[in-house]
Amino acid sequence: MEKFIKHTGTGVPLRRSNVDTDQIIPAVYLKRVTRSGFEDGLFSAWRNDPEFVLNQAAYKNGTILVAGVDFGTGSSREHAVWALQNYGFKAVISSRFADIFRGNSLKGGLLTVIIDQSDVENIWTAIEADPTTQITVDLEARTVSYNSTVVAFELDDYTRWRLMEGLDDIGLTLKETDFIDSFESKRAIYKPKTLPIKK
Amino acid sequence: MGKTLAEKIWSEHIVRSAAGEPDLIYIDLHLIHEVTSPQAFDGLRLAGRKVRRIDLTIATEDHNTPTLNIDKPIADPVSKLQVDTLRANCAEFGVRIHSLGDAEQGIVHVVGPQLGLTQPGMTIVCGDSHTSTHGAFGALAFGIGTSEVEHVLATQTLPLARPKTMAINVEGKLKAGITSKDIILAIIAKIGTGGGQGYVIEYRGSAIRELSMEGRMTVCNMSIEAGARAGVIAPDEKTFAYIKGKPHAPEDFDVALSYWKTLYTDADAKYDVEIDLDANSLEPFVTWGTNPGQGLPLNASVPDPAKITDAEERGAAERALVYMGLEAGTPLKKIAIDTVFLGSCTNGRIEDLRAAADVLKGKKISSTLRMLVVPGSARVRLQAEQEGLDKVFLDAGAEWRNAGCSMCLGMNPDQLAVGERSASTSNRNFEGRQGKGGRTHLVSPLVAAATALRGTLSSPADL
Repeated sequence: MEKFIKHTGTGVPLRRSNVDTDQIIPAVYLKRVTRSGFEDGLFSAWRNDPEFVLNQAAYKNGTILVAGVDFGTGSSREHAVWALQNYGFKAVISSRFADIFRGNSLKGGLLTVIIDQSDVENIWTAIEADPTTQITVDLEARTVSYNSTVVAFELDDYTRWRLMEGLDDIGLTLKETDFIDSFESKRAIYKPKTLPIKK
Repeated sequence: MGKTLAEKIWSEHIVRSAAGEPDLIYIDLHLIHEVTSPQAFDGLRLAGRKVRRIDLTIATEDHNTPTLNIDKPIADPVSKLQVDTLRANCAEFGVRIHSLGDAEQGIVHVVGPQLGLTQPGMTIVCGDSHTSTHGAFGALAFGIGTSEVEHVLATQTLPLARPKTMAINVEGKLKAGITSKDIILAIIAKIGTGGGQGYVIEYRGSAIRELSMEGRMTVCNMSIEAGARAGVIAPDEKTFAYIKGKPHAPEDFDVALSYWKTLYTDADAKYDVEIDLDANSLEPFVTWGTNPGQGLPLNASVPDPAKITDAEERGAAERALVYMGLEAGTPLKKIAIDTVFLGSCTNGRIEDLRAAADVLKGKKISSTLRMLVVPGSARVRLQAEQEGLDKVFLDAGAEWRNAGCSMCLGMNPDQLAVGERSASTSNRNFEGRQGKGGRTHLVSPLVAAATALRGTLSSPADL
């Protein structure tokens, strides 16, 4: 996984609440068996609308999505994270994310930043007034800054460390194999097994 | 202080914990399907890793599978590739799979319980948000992303932050014609799509205890629609009776039973939040908008966004009415429906089919609509045919299909056309969920059947 320490780019204002993962990428786009190429499906229904923010020239090169409350609700599809990353987004800012989407994003190195709704509104106002406004998401300092404004955000130390080091979760867990072996040796024998198939 | 049910299951599955780090949680059962697993298996291959516990892993095909002509190759080449990829991955890594045409094939959340693999006190995961369904058995079950699927395949564990706990107490007695679907739609309308965020919800109270296992699964299934990680219901005699005799029920049933009986929230345990819902006053519930929290009793009218004080909610309601093609003030019962969909992991079990068939028996569906009946699994389909339910549906003019996720999310050919309006027993009314431009009203199986007969949103009481 690519390390995330600090990213500076322009923002894309997505003034909608409850953007579910079916909107981020509809089910018909989930049939690929790779992790790439999902950018075509990103917000596909809305991209037919020339007014949609991603279709506006001013926001074409944005790398930070500034979204409404409850972003990423619904389906667990990690394809939603891949679609955002494949398109070029490095971070998403919102006042609240759905749990599974947030978990997926932080596993995959797409930084999801939670700040107050009033701070989200201020960023919307700033980037709508000037789409070239540079926004810096600084994971080391845990801040979002633009113009002369600095907004702090929270992220637990462990996740921050893992993202800054670009560490693979599986690799980390496999270092704990002794603990897993020991847990398994004490598991109750009546717990079901999928094999063999009993008739 | 005592522990809640969710806390008990959690603490029994901690492999390792350390201050400032997520707990490493052991996973008792990993369910797999074709959509969220290919990249995970690919990751294993690239790293030269194996599946740690093939004996705790099981796969089925559900999201892409057609519900017609299942004896022929899948027509859509991209869907076919995804299903073929699952089959190849399961063969390569040694994972048990139930493929299209197999009696145990079906929606992963219908298959687990019917095999008896879903049992109290377990941790269960699947790359599908509706894994919360299994919580009906007193298991801690939640949806995960593909990176986590790979993590579970490789290690049989997941690093997870401990969730908060919420109790939803549903006390009272449901009136006739009111179902578990109405309970959960009313809960989501009450707490909102983000209301359960960060929580495991425990559903409690006399109305929950009265529900059948199928009804409890419907409630837990839609926990995710309230934003919760999982939903649980304490196991009881109904739970134990449901598991007994299933293919994977414990051989030493009594030993397991004595453990299962410890799975309840202690009297002195504290939830982070408690919410009450009165079962006595519940009415059939339907959604009018484009998120599952936008629901109302069937007797109500489409709401007027101008009367919503919260600016965010008002904007969402305005957009929803435009998308749904609805006018504020229209009685919900006047809304004409084009397609009725009976099925999904929410309401595709045998009891759901029985309830709908009971309403349809000896009657004809309206000539203004089509009705698709899609059993949740091949086993449910066989059972229904044994009971003659297929004939009831066919005689009424409905289509009797093969098992799968089908029109719940339209990954297979079962989709709504642009502007087409459905009454659907599924779980999500998102824009385009059932097909691009399609409009979805979420309903119970009883409302689905009555709507099929009348052509407009209706309950059996309207017949």
